[in-house]
Amino acid sequence: MADKIVLEIARYAPEKDEEPSFQSFEVPFRKEWVVLDALNHIKDKIDGSLTYRWSCRMGVCGSCGMMVNGEPKLTCATFLSSYGNGAKVRVEPLRYFPVIRDLVTALSDFLVKLQSVKPWLIRKDEPPLSAGEFLQTPEQLDLYKQFSMCINCTLCYAACPVVGLEPSFVGPAAIALAQRYNLDNRDQGAQERLGLLAHPEGIWGCTFVGECTRVCPKHVDPAGAIQQYKLKAALEWVKSFVLPRGHDDESKEVRS
Amino acid sequence: MTMQPSTEFHPRWYRAKVSTYWWMGSWRYLLFILRELSSVAVAWSVVMTVLLLRALLNGPEAYARLTQCLRSTWMIALNIITFCFLLLHTITWFNLAPRAMPVRVGGKRVPEFLVAVPNYALWVVASAAIAWFVLRTS
Repeated sequence: MADKIVLEIARYAPEKDEEPSFQSFEVPFRKEWVVLDALNHIKDKIDGSLTYRWSCRMGVCGSCGMMVNGEPKLTCATFLSSYGNGAKVRVEPLRYFPVIRDLVTALSDFLVKLQSVKPWLIRKDEPPLSAGEFLQTPEQLDLYKQFSMCINCTLCYAACPVVGLEPSFVGPAAIALAQRYNLDNRDQGAQERLGLLAHPEGIWGCTFVGECTRVCPKHVDPAGAIQQYKLKAALEWVKSFVLPRGHDDESKEVRS
Repeated sequence: MTMQPSTEFHPRWYRAKVSTYWWMGSWRYLLFILRELSSVAVAWSVVMTVLLLRALLNGPEAYARLTQCLRSTWMIALNIITFCFLLLHTITWFNLAPRAMPVRVGGKRVPEFLVAVPNYALWVVASAAIAWFVLRTS
């Protein structure tokens, strides 16, 4: 049998199509090729109109996320050999996102959600530079490092049924990133973010399906971040009854 | 299918509708739905326990009536299904517990299985204690 593999690719041209359809392409089966190599082969040799995003080709930029046989995957890290010689591999745009063309999804909604959680260091005070740098111990770094590995590939959104059913849900990556800053001892904005996320479209929208964590190529564990956030929110709620005044815990000071 | 309104740079976007049967698309989603459904079994087992306690308080006749009812085929079938769901509920949530509550010792995160294992150990000990208490009189 010739070394071939068939890619069934979702095609959608907004100027003429009502909905996407599938087009099959036969490409060489090479064990060192990933799905993205096959897409590049099609674009270079067979059909230049095929449209998709990619950039680094090494699992860092997060651009080439697609549904491969129904699973959210980074196509630069998904080898053809895992499907076998002669197999049919279905490639679609990431689920639950609007499709702009072929395999390209609209990310504007995700970017608005991402920005809404204030994913940056918030300081209440800003001491002068002469006070020295913010020092951090390895243990303090370890607290949030896992959540800081997110590359915004949005595979977790394509894996989360809540994102599909409740489009207003802030979603796994954005909440994990909020938690990344909450756990950073240089940050003083946890209370501010809690106000933004402790509602049904935020952390309470998550039903802990856990698929976001399973598909994450960077092992960020967004599901864990959200559950830990829920615990924090519940404790804050209890504290607000027990200590109605002055339970603000944002007196972190790490400058040494 | 619903079309997004046109934007300045894109004539229209395609957004697929989520099927009512999305949870049948993968066994992992199905397992999740079963895990959520298992809460009903937990509630039923609480009702059963309350009914048993009430029958015990009301004397031997009330208890005999309840146990007679529990011997019926449909009740045995219902309680076998409840038991299976309780097992699913316990195992799935014990396995998820380490993710929701990371334990740190000396600044380092304790491996997930070390957080889950004490839960299972307590479960086994509690079950053994209850089994001993129930079976010693029979």
